[in-house]
Amino acid sequence: VSTDTAARRKALAAALMARAGVWQQAAARTARLASARTDDATDAVRLADDYRLLAHDLARARALMPASRSREYLESAYARAHATLHHGAWRLGSTLLRLFSEEIPAAVRWLRPYIVWSTLIFILAALAGYALVHRYPDLIALFAGPDLIASVEKGKLWTEGLLNVVPSSVLSVQILANNIVVSLFAYCLGFLFGLGTLYILGLNGLMLGAIFAFTGEHGLAGALFNFVVAHGCVELSVMCLSGAAGAAVGEALVRPGSGGRLESFRAAALRSGTVLLACAALLVGAGLIEGFVSPDPRFPLATRVIVGVGYWCLMLALLSGRLLPRRARAAAATA
Amino acid sequence: VSEVVPDLLIDSVTGIEVSLPLAGPGARAYAYLIDWTLKVVLALSWYVVAAILYNGRLSLAAPLTSEGRWFGLVVLPPLAIYFLYHLVLELAMRGRTPGKRSVGIRVVTRDGGPPGPGALLVRNVFRLIDSLPAFYGVGLTLMVLTREGLRCGDMAAGTLLVYERTGADPELPQDAAQRLGTLDPSGAEIVADLLQRWPTLVPEARVGLARKVLQRYLGAAADLSDGDELTWRARLERLAGRGGP
Repeated sequence: VSTDTAARRKALAAALMARAGVWQQAAARTARLASARTDDATDAVRLADDYRLLAHDLARARALMPASRSREYLESAYARAHATLHHGAWRLGSTLLRLFSEEIPAAVRWLRPYIVWSTLIFILAALAGYALVHRYPDLIALFAGPDLIASVEKGKLWTEGLLNVVPSSVLSVQILANNIVVSLFAYCLGFLFGLGTLYILGLNGLMLGAIFAFTGEHGLAGALFNFVVAHGCVELSVMCLSGAAGAAVGEALVRPGSGGRLESFRAAALRSGTVLLACAALLVGAGLIEGFVSPDPRFPLATRVIVGVGYWCLMLALLSGRLLPRRARAAAATA
Repeated sequence: VSEVVPDLLIDSVTGIEVSLPLAGPGARAYAYLIDWTLKVVLALSWYVVAAILYNGRLSLAAPLTSEGRWFGLVVLPPLAIYFLYHLVLELAMRGRTPGKRSVGIRVVTRDGGPPGPGALLVRNVFRLIDSLPAFYGVGLTLMVLTREGLRCGDMAAGTLLVYERTGADPELPQDAAQRLGTLDPSGAEIVADLLQRWPTLVPEARVGLARKVLQRYLGAAADLSDGDELTWRARLERLAGRGGP
């Protein structure tokens, strides 16, 4: 009986291995569809048949010849057919378009309560920083460097003449790189049960309030506002937005759902993390404004306000999904 | 591979699970080293070439005053190459980078699909945490401690690194089915593969490999007496042929 069984298994294996050509055709068809090199409807229909055929042969190969290269080949072909059938071809353009037109606005809507709270924390920290330095001016040394303090004490804003020292382009890149890193940290440090995000939001709020109080003491608050208004509207909003994303991650760890802490963390990080792409894009714009418009004395206050408010409205349009034209959104959805 | 590291098993409507072998810390670290070397070489090459072109002579020195053009043409691109390398390439290459590709691994989601831009962004942003305090300390520790070999970025993005089983690999030996004879399927594949590659091998390798295969499948019964290449090939043909040795 055992000889019969062995002979039967060998015959089955031989029959299976004789189908190698069919597997290779199926794999080639899958590769064409996965790389979007073909839109042939026949290929697409055949893919479903290929998938069933490969599953069938793989099941037999797993049982009959588990250590063979044919089984490895079938595993590969089956995995690729599965991915192509369930995930389609990779189209980077439409994927990015869908991200900005649908996924980021959806994430922002989900983050609304966190945005409210992180904004509140930031404002409270700014008020606390203002009150502290207003009451105890020496505390400014905790929030600002000696050069900044010396400049303000001489009655000059540290940003005056900045463009004589550093070109706008260099300044922009330095600023936007710094802001992007701060935003990313505000998000990532949510990993520490939200405490890291709280620290970044609190520290930045305290610094802003403290510096406004300090410049106010020396009659330069108006000049500082003049400098900040063009880029600050978006820059500070993005800080609160990335803080909100970090807070969502932190809350997922502090109060996990029924799926467990890791699953909760994963879901929150993935859902909120998409807004970072919008944050980074917005900070690039804010950095360019801060490098080219804010330190340039030729721009009057009205222009700065228009730039600042205009860019802020653009940010709202982007985050609410209204920036992209309907046709692009529909095309992304179709793709 | 599948015996060493666990597999990611994905349910399918056919009832046959898709099985993807997970990459361990070794493969991941190796891929990262290749990528790191590549991005450093690319960034440095850009800097050197751009600096020489900018200066108009063999000098890498920066201008004494801060110049926007120098920064934009010479300094900024290498920084962008270094910091955006992984994100941009993983996006463009569907979860792969040159390093991952050469090791044969790729980033996938838990359902085996390619990760979207959001997941790749999150995965790469969390490198800030994984790289703490130095030399990917947090990331490597987590990779060793977690069953699936995940770093913090993978946990956050819901991604895994799996060995790539590329269906396009021309690894399937031809005529293996006809060579089952007295051999098991894997033996038939090995003999078929060896005979297929015979013309591309150097004479010493032909004889050496044929001797090993015959010894493995025939043991003491194998005829291992000296002979020319054609003799060894004939012995292999006999082993794999339907008539037996």
